[in-house]
Amino acid sequence: MVRQGNDPITIIKEVRLNRKINILAGVAMAAAIVAVGIPSAQAQQARDQVQIAGSSTVLPFSNVVAEQFGRTMRQFKTPIVASGGTGGGFREFCRGIGAQFIDIANASRPITRAELDSCKANGVNDIQEVRFGYDGIVFASHISGAQIAFTTRQLYLGIAERVPQNGQLVANPYTRWNQIDPSLPNVEIAAFIPGEKHGTREVFEERVMASGCRDFPEIQAIPAGAERTAACIRVRKDGRSNDIDGDYTETLARIERNRTAIGVFGLSFYDQNKDKIRVATVNGIVPTVEAIANGTYPVSRPLFFYVKKQHIGVIPGLKEYVEFFLSERMIGPDGMVTDKGLIPGPDAERAKWRETFGQGSTLGS
Amino acid sequence: MTDATADTPPAGPLNSSDYAQRLKKRHDAEWRFRAYGLGAIFIGLAFLVTLLYTIVSEGAPAFLQSEIRLEVTFDKAEIDPSGSGNIDDIMKADYAAMVRRALRDQLGNVGNDRAARAAAHRLLSSGADLQAREIVLKDRTAIGQKRDIWLIADGDVDSFLKGSISRDTPEDRRRISNQQIAWIEKLQADGRLKARFNTTIFTRGASANPEMAGVGVAALGSFMMLVITVLLALPIGVAAAIYLEEFAPKNRFTDLIEVNINNLAAVPSIVFGILGLAVFINFFGLPRSAPIVGGLVLTLMSLPTIIIATRAALKAVPPSIRDAALGLGASKMQAIFHHVLPLAMPGILTGTILALAHALGETAPLLMIGMVAFVVDYPGGPLDPATALPVQIYMWSNLPERGFIARTSAAIMILLGFLLVMNALAIWLRTKFERRW
Repeated sequence: MVRQGNDPITIIKEVRLNRKINILAGVAMAAAIVAVGIPSAQAQQARDQVQIAGSSTVLPFSNVVAEQFGRTMRQFKTPIVASGGTGGGFREFCRGIGAQFIDIANASRPITRAELDSCKANGVNDIQEVRFGYDGIVFASHISGAQIAFTTRQLYLGIAERVPQNGQLVANPYTRWNQIDPSLPNVEIAAFIPGEKHGTREVFEERVMASGCRDFPEIQAIPAGAERTAACIRVRKDGRSNDIDGDYTETLARIERNRTAIGVFGLSFYDQNKDKIRVATVNGIVPTVEAIANGTYPVSRPLFFYVKKQHIGVIPGLKEYVEFFLSERMIGPDGMVTDKGLIPGPDAERAKWRETFGQGSTLGS
Repeated sequence: MTDATADTPPAGPLNSSDYAQRLKKRHDAEWRFRAYGLGAIFIGLAFLVTLLYTIVSEGAPAFLQSEIRLEVTFDKAEIDPSGSGNIDDIMKADYAAMVRRALRDQLGNVGNDRAARAAAHRLLSSGADLQAREIVLKDRTAIGQKRDIWLIADGDVDSFLKGSISRDTPEDRRRISNQQIAWIEKLQADGRLKARFNTTIFTRGASANPEMAGVGVAALGSFMMLVITVLLALPIGVAAAIYLEEFAPKNRFTDLIEVNINNLAAVPSIVFGILGLAVFINFFGLPRSAPIVGGLVLTLMSLPTIIIATRAALKAVPPSIRDAALGLGASKMQAIFHHVLPLAMPGILTGTILALAHALGETAPLLMIGMVAFVVDYPGGPLDPATALPVQIYMWSNLPERGFIARTSAAIMILLGFLLVMNALAIWLRTKFERRW
């Protein structure tokens, strides 16, 4: 309070004012507490809706299932699917057990040991891993260009930072694809690959770069381990290979600007944009749903989601959602998720996935 | 100038050749500065026009939606076999089969081949059965009758009619087959396939199919968050500003508070999202993806702006008003609440509306609290999951389907519309209540 004077009237006024301000402040505080308190009391009640978060690759598939689930199963609410990436999904998932924590984490890669440990530390002990299909990763160029046939070896030589030459690793000297192999087009090397934060990058490193460099004696001379892996997967930084941190829409925009460049896409994205981009074969295999499902096309990965078993029976519809997801109507060869670009697993595998979930076996048990 | 100087100009700085040069230089400098200013405005305008043109030209088609008019028979044996109007039976009935039968009847020559039938069925949206069910739910007398209804066409059909899927593309690279094009042309010739005003985009929630996706849930979520933000941020912000401006003593402590408020206004919004996750969800246990949490986070975010704007508005009220009130015997509080605050109100409201407009466009803090999500159902209250308009734009922009490209721009237009209304309101309030001294 600013002292305005010490005469009695001012002091009395000030006291009154103080009281009023106190009342005002009290009311404001009470309002704030009520605003926060009421909902928090309600939030203690169980949730009646499945909540999912995680991989942006799995998101569109999860969306289809959630939408259809809400439409078909009238007794359950439509699940909420949040994005945030595989890692972000696991972070939310592992935060704990209870209505304010999510029930399912979508993932485009298996859960890591570290993530599992952090789950355990927060009491999330019973996790069920569910596989539901495959995702194909394709190399595509602008529709105006010619059909390209890559091998993983050529892709490695074009994109790696250092490549084997005459017995040692040297900084990548290639500037045009036909310098690597005359069968490749005579254009500047320009590649748009997924950035480090994408799960797709890991698949690219493992299935393209690591597999393409494997047979060089110079690489085999490096003792197996972190050093050899690094030599294989490190990409060139001279501007010919560009990380895309956004999504495939950005990659497509780059390809449309630079028409001789190649970009990395998901098969489902390619499927929607066949009139704009042309897909390259890898090791002579055209990426089709069949080739990826039976494993002949080399660049593919399984897709997962992880279910908190401790929430089954607590959150209404959780078990039903998973069963609905795994049904033939969704992930079968003519299923609705398959229509969105998921690559279905072989018949026997799908049956096995359903069976595994039904048995309720958890990770690490 | 006087006559004397005109007749015999005195030697000096005003008529030397130096002076003329300097004058010209100064005029040139001024002219250049004007040119720079004009240039800056033109560059800004050019960007704005390009932006608006791109968005409007891409988004405008999304406000029209291809629909197919079909005579659907609402089969009584299927919908309401018991005749009692059992809601479960009505919900469960296979409306997809009914609308598909109607489509095949309309096309005439589909045949019994499984692939051909599937291709024909793909002309209709996978949400067409939902539309048929909604008709029955709204009007039970439809059961057992034949009704002529407009059903939403598939997203690919829509894209084809709007030209974003080209007829010239080879068939194996086109998402619409030649047979389907023939069917589309037949339907058009019969006047059964038309572009109609798209209400779906305003009313429905998220969907995996572009033709069934709308911003309804997102708009409601944004609205709820804004209401919560206004209810909390306005009283708290104004009270804090009045205290700081009028009552607080000037000392180190209040200086510190002031510096912190100014800094908070510049903190990246994602930080508030992280704070919201830690405090409101993990500590208070509020539900994820709920507009209440979003509203609280946006409150935190807009508080500094509102406090700063309010303090500026209070400062702008001339001290004579305050002095006059006090001189006539008003208490300090009376002087503030009866005289200063009403006069500062236009400034406060303008600041608040601009802070809210900023909050309306935020996605980053919402990512952390699970509001960047696929939400199909309308929220029943601020505790139910919802999403927000800018989030919907972000999520649609990531999707590969052709139809979502137009929807993204259309959603941007809707959001811009909201912002325009809010800014117009701010200007109106300012001019209506503005006072000059």
